[in-house]
Amino acid sequence: MKIEKANKELKKLYGSRVRAGVKDGAIVVSGELDNWDDIVNACTICVDKKSGMHVVNDIRFTGGEIPKMREPEEEDKSLDGGEPDVLVIGGGISGASILRELSKWDIEAWLVDKESDLAMQASGRNDGEVHPGVDLGKGTLKQHYVLIGNKMYEKVCRELDVPFERFGQYVGFESKWLRPVLELFALQRRMIGVKDTRVISGEELKKREPNLNEDFGVAIYNPSAGCVCPYGLTIAYAENAVENGAKVFLNTVVRSMKTENGKITEVVTNRGTIRPKLVINAAGVFADDIAQMAGDRFYSIHPRRGTNSITDKKAGRLIHCIASVKTLKKNRTHSKGGGVMRTVHGNLLVGPDAVETYEKENYATNRESIDVVFDKQEKTMPKLSQRDIITYFTGVRSPTFEEDFIIEFGHKVKNLIHCAGIQSPGLTTAPAVALDVEKMAVGYLRQSGEFVARNADFNPIRHAVPTLNEMPDEERNEYIKKNPDYGVMICRCEEISKGEIIDALERPIKVPTLDGIKRRVRPGMGRCQGGFCSPLVSKIIAEHEGVDISRVRKASSRSVVTYGKTKEGAENA
Amino acid sequence: MLNCDVVVIGGGPAGLAAAISAKKNGAEVALIEREARLGGILKQCIHDGFGLVRFGEKLSGPEYAERFIDEFKKENITALLLTFVTRIVKKEKGFELTVVNTDGVNQIEAKAVVLATGCRERTAKQVSIHGTRPAGVFTAGTAQHYTNLLGQMPTKKCVILGSGDIGLIMARRLTLEGAKVVGVYEVMPTPSGLTRNIHQCLHDYDIPLYLSHTVTKVFGHDRLTAVEISKVDEKLRPIKGTEEIIECDSLILSVGLIPENEIAEELGVRIDSRTKGPVCDGQLMTSVDGVFSCGNALHVNDLVDYVSESGEEAGKNAAAYADRKRSYAEITLGDNISYLVPQRLELGADNSKTTVYFRSRKVLNGCSLSLKINGEEVFRKKYAFLRPPEMERLVLDFSKYELTESSKIEFSIEEGVK
Repeated sequence: MKIEKANKELKKLYGSRVRAGVKDGAIVVSGELDNWDDIVNACTICVDKKSGMHVVNDIRFTGGEIPKMREPEEEDKSLDGGEPDVLVIGGGISGASILRELSKWDIEAWLVDKESDLAMQASGRNDGEVHPGVDLGKGTLKQHYVLIGNKMYEKVCRELDVPFERFGQYVGFESKWLRPVLELFALQRRMIGVKDTRVISGEELKKREPNLNEDFGVAIYNPSAGCVCPYGLTIAYAENAVENGAKVFLNTVVRSMKTENGKITEVVTNRGTIRPKLVINAAGVFADDIAQMAGDRFYSIHPRRGTNSITDKKAGRLIHCIASVKTLKKNRTHSKGGGVMRTVHGNLLVGPDAVETYEKENYATNRESIDVVFDKQEKTMPKLSQRDIITYFTGVRSPTFEEDFIIEFGHKVKNLIHCAGIQSPGLTTAPAVALDVEKMAVGYLRQSGEFVARNADFNPIRHAVPTLNEMPDEERNEYIKKNPDYGVMICRCEEISKGEIIDALERPIKVPTLDGIKRRVRPGMGRCQGGFCSPLVSKIIAEHEGVDISRVRKASSRSVVTYGKTKEGAENA
Repeated sequence: MLNCDVVVIGGGPAGLAAAISAKKNGAEVALIEREARLGGILKQCIHDGFGLVRFGEKLSGPEYAERFIDEFKKENITALLLTFVTRIVKKEKGFELTVVNTDGVNQIEAKAVVLATGCRERTAKQVSIHGTRPAGVFTAGTAQHYTNLLGQMPTKKCVILGSGDIGLIMARRLTLEGAKVVGVYEVMPTPSGLTRNIHQCLHDYDIPLYLSHTVTKVFGHDRLTAVEISKVDEKLRPIKGTEEIIECDSLILSVGLIPENEIAEELGVRIDSRTKGPVCDGQLMTSVDGVFSCGNALHVNDLVDYVSESGEEAGKNAAAYADRKRSYAEITLGDNISYLVPQRLELGADNSKTTVYFRSRKVLNGCSLSLKINGEEVFRKKYAFLRPPEMERLVLDFSKYELTESSKIEFSIEEGVK
């Protein structure tokens, strides 16, 4: 019924170039268009949530070349013949949290990711907000999991030794007269489970956060909103999993799969063929490509870019919350349009915007994105200035056209669990989703005749690298007495010692690259952006790993930093 | 707990000079240096041209530093190397510093503090470079560190953005090491480095300099593969349609230096928005009594000789520092001056030989510096030309004038004066 309506609409907009039909329990949109936004629009028109089916985008894009997935350089047979019980594809927050929950069981659980580190795509390129869920409607998986996930954060971050702050979120409105409407909205939100939602006056907001827009007349407040370092949490989850016996293989890309009788029998990677009993698809923007490899593509991901800026910590002192401005203009994008937030490290994070794209891995930034975000967020916080920016980055979200998560077994493939369509608030929901996927996986293994016992040695506690600059002097002193390297300052901006850098090189998942160290203990994250410390960090990595400095990479094996000795360096060698 | 009269933070040329001069003027001095060796950034400046003003010779950076280090050692001054200041607090009398080194966390008390913390380079993000984030984007100082201290080649073929002195020096250095420097691109219509460096580092090596050009985009996922260059208009905005893609493996940035004043700000020192360094009086004391500033932390100098000079001045005055009531006359700036140090004069001090450093806002041919006190011109000096990259220095006797807190002291540069 709905599909006829959709086809009518498509015909009106795109003539006979596009049509929709139901195929294998999915709404398949096919045809040919040369404008990507039109493709997104056409598929969105076909969304029919009540049908329980997802939209699959089969429209050929003729306006450009969709880039192939980037692959790592590595090629070996190190994983060939491996037979894990569970193979998780994707080392983002979803995959890492699932792997950790699976490590509670006495099973062989593996995770592969094609990048040189964990959380290299969306999980490492987002704002790190732990959402209250105030902007989500009832009945979606997003809303279901956000309410559970948000509440889990204290426990998860305590166990994994990851900084987490419930700063609270304000959505400010200039029009004071909206208060009755907002009160009603808040009441309704409380009724659907977002119990912390309340309305506060502009005066109250000013008292709490004097550097926000003075003209805010009223605001919605959610004290349960918080922030976390998203890649820090992902790495912590994965490290804890590995400490409990799971295995993580980086620089490992899944290229194809072989299925027999509705089961994946082989997963072909650049490191050989793996024969897992169960596959978990947590591949983010590539989730639909993985589904395709398994012959189980019943949804499509439409990538959506977002750019965030990070300011100097001096500006970070201006607010202690997450804040955004709401205007009465209808918001047609699927993002609350970004905001300003204080990070756990004391910077401000500003953004993100939301732009549809056909490039799943284009992380390039552009000036326009930053201008757009700042134009808007200067209304949230007038003291915000582009002059305080120390860095910026782009991430690509991985929504389905239904804009909801897919957490279910394969439709045609039995030993496959999809954890797909994960985007905001995917970081918030991950701890809760991981518990459910764990149950599904264990249930599947048992059902297929496996004996699955608890991992008797499971320890949920992970210890992070000590953060010396946050310690009281006495404690810091004791650490240095035990290990003098903690007293050797390498990164002046973030106050990171040599000892902390060496600790980062001795973690359960070692990533001995400049970015790997930067993401673990923060040298280079400050205002000089590694200008002073990156050569020093290069040297420490080289010495610790026993390699020449020219072997030290920024991130992937292709990201050469130096090309070997200078003429004089060679003479003196 | 270490006790001393003067603690100098930073062991580069400014800090060394300050420590030596404070010691010579009778103070017990301790110098704190973050790195393992004294000399600051001079350690990696292996080119020559240092010390022409001071020693009348062309020295390399390490040679120039060595002269001060020798004297520093002769004076038997306490140096705390590999030591980092994590906190500084002004007490009722003097200052308490918390420092971290391999011995642990310790306190130092001092009656006066000299900030000789140098400066840092502006980064790619601060000049709004967009595109991907590959390896191969270096500030010139970082590239210099890799090349000169670690003996590692950061590039085989590069584009240099910004004609600041370190960029020019690195253009020559990398060429000598066999790298191809495609060109130096400068967003301004005039070069920002010293004229002598334009000649000695670019012209002598046939490295082209493109004015009114900037890098608008970076390409490459792992290592940089190319940059996009655009011409800019008079408002420094890229002109659409002028884009040109240049294949290279590195982008090296020499786009300005920013005085490092994190410690100064922790002390509540007032910062001059023009210099990005502390507001100082003729004795180089900041707005916090007992805290002095010198070298590139005070303002970015063009020559190390002047860095040393301001260090000596700050060190001497820190040694003589005594707590007393002070009052000031502010210096204001009129036309064509981008900045001037000192920013004010302390009325109870000896201002008979006050060293003044300034830069013009733009290139000026045939002009004169004028000093007016309460609207009346009391001093004028003619210049054949003034260029922003070249700092000007002169010594003035302010004791001749009856200065009070309400005196209006104004410097300006008048154009077109023959």
